[in-house]
Amino acid sequence: MRGGAPGRASLHAEAREIVFDFLEDYDLLGAFWTTVQLAVLSAVGSLIWGTLLAAMRVGPVPLMRGIGTAYVNIVRNIPLTVIILFTSLGLNNTLGVTLGSNEIETTNFRLAVLGLVLYTSAFVCEALRSGINTVPVGQAEAARAIGLSFGQVLSLVVLPQAFRSSVVPLANVLIALIKNTTVAAAIGVAEAALLMKEMIENEAQLLLISAIIALGFVILTLPTGLILGWVGKKVAVKR
Amino acid sequence: MKLRKVTAASAAVLTLALTATACGSDDGDDGGSSSGGGKKITIGIKFDQPGLGQKTPQGYAGFDVDVATYVAKKLGYSEDQIEWKESKSADRETMLQRGDVDFIAATYSITPERQEKVDFAGPYLLAHQDVLIRADDDSIKSPEDLNDKKLCSVTGSTSAQNVKEKLAPKAQLQQYPTYSACLTGVQNKAIDALTTDDSILAGYAAQSQFKGKFKLGGFKMTNENYGIGLKKGSDLKDKINDALEAMVSDGSWQKAVDANLGPAGYKNDPAPKIGEIKS
Repeated sequence: MRGGAPGRASLHAEAREIVFDFLEDYDLLGAFWTTVQLAVLSAVGSLIWGTLLAAMRVGPVPLMRGIGTAYVNIVRNIPLTVIILFTSLGLNNTLGVTLGSNEIETTNFRLAVLGLVLYTSAFVCEALRSGINTVPVGQAEAARAIGLSFGQVLSLVVLPQAFRSSVVPLANVLIALIKNTTVAAAIGVAEAALLMKEMIENEAQLLLISAIIALGFVILTLPTGLILGWVGKKVAVKR
Repeated sequence: MKLRKVTAASAAVLTLALTATACGSDDGDDGGSSSGGGKKITIGIKFDQPGLGQKTPQGYAGFDVDVATYVAKKLGYSEDQIEWKESKSADRETMLQRGDVDFIAATYSITPERQEKVDFAGPYLLAHQDVLIRADDDSIKSPEDLNDKKLCSVTGSTSAQNVKEKLAPKAQLQQYPTYSACLTGVQNKAIDALTTDDSILAGYAAQSQFKGKFKLGGFKMTNENYGIGLKKGSDLKDKINDALEAMVSDGSWQKAVDANLGPAGYKNDPAPKIGEIKS
């Protein structure tokens, strides 16, 4: 590299400094913070909407069952990019939906959360439904026999047990969601994947930059998986 | 027993993957080392940039394509000896370093960061960041007018970053994956202007479905020196520079600009001198 004969250690240090020098120009943490915000808000939203969908799918009203089934089967088969782009090009540009904000950045963020919730809730619904199926039929029958309504059976007897056995599949959905937030870059939300594009454009260091961003996502997803796996074991219903 | 099967299966997958990659790089080397005679030359261009480099049912068309074809001819390759390859913006340096292509002419701006990785011949075109607005929009007359407008550019591109940092920090910036998505927004008035290099804008505005609907702002906000990208230390550089000079002096350069970018009212700067990089 340069002249002189520096020791091996200092040569390494110098090379490292040159290689990672450009990182100072970028707000890596800020971008990942946006990723986390996207993921957390979408996770909460899709858990709520997904639970409602699951309730519709196992409910006694045929119309609701039909709507729930149709929603899940349609939405989970549309590519996420299409859904996210539709929220911006369709809802925002064409129909003028701004979600209560005049700032394009805020609008895009909210649209992205909306798109992610609509998409992820289909998977949450199915994960929950598989949990509901692990609750023995006798429990629901017994609950009905003592006079509980459908809502009470679901919320007091079935769902609490279903949630406990769906922790692991729900963790899978959450990990997928964290990585899916990168799609929000398609409508210009300034999260990690968008920063990655900017860095690659400026620095001409494709592999290094991709590796850094990939590492960032592993740091987010690995603990999520491990912790929720442990929680899943802890709360599992022993039968 | 089960575990052993899994191990064997993953070993097989790994071997497959490794051989596959090995094959890939071999092919690349073959493509890169070919030169002259009855062999082929591989050139990287954009496939989706109307007016500059576009794959059409009739073949490849655009200003970059014309320049590359001319250069290839001067290097001793006829038109049917050229193999075109798509080089997306993010892949350009890697493609050159691996030797997948002999050279790249794909709206490739010469920048110091890129010069550390690859060599450049040229520049062959001096472009400027500009805006494309609706033909009936009279509210944008100078770059200052952009500050209360909604601009659009491609996600993460240099043009988008320029807007945020220098050109119009107060403007609202929408980023989409493609220019076409931005143009849709401009067309239905959700967005006021599409901004990027004037050469690219002119290419879009010159498309038949957009003719007469958009106009260029004519603001020369930055300088983009388009060069021909080469592998570091490539011996083609001087030959390509000679070819580019010949192209300008025999008039084919201006002809190519007019044919590809002219219809949108694009006024080009005079051909840049080889090695003269305007910052």
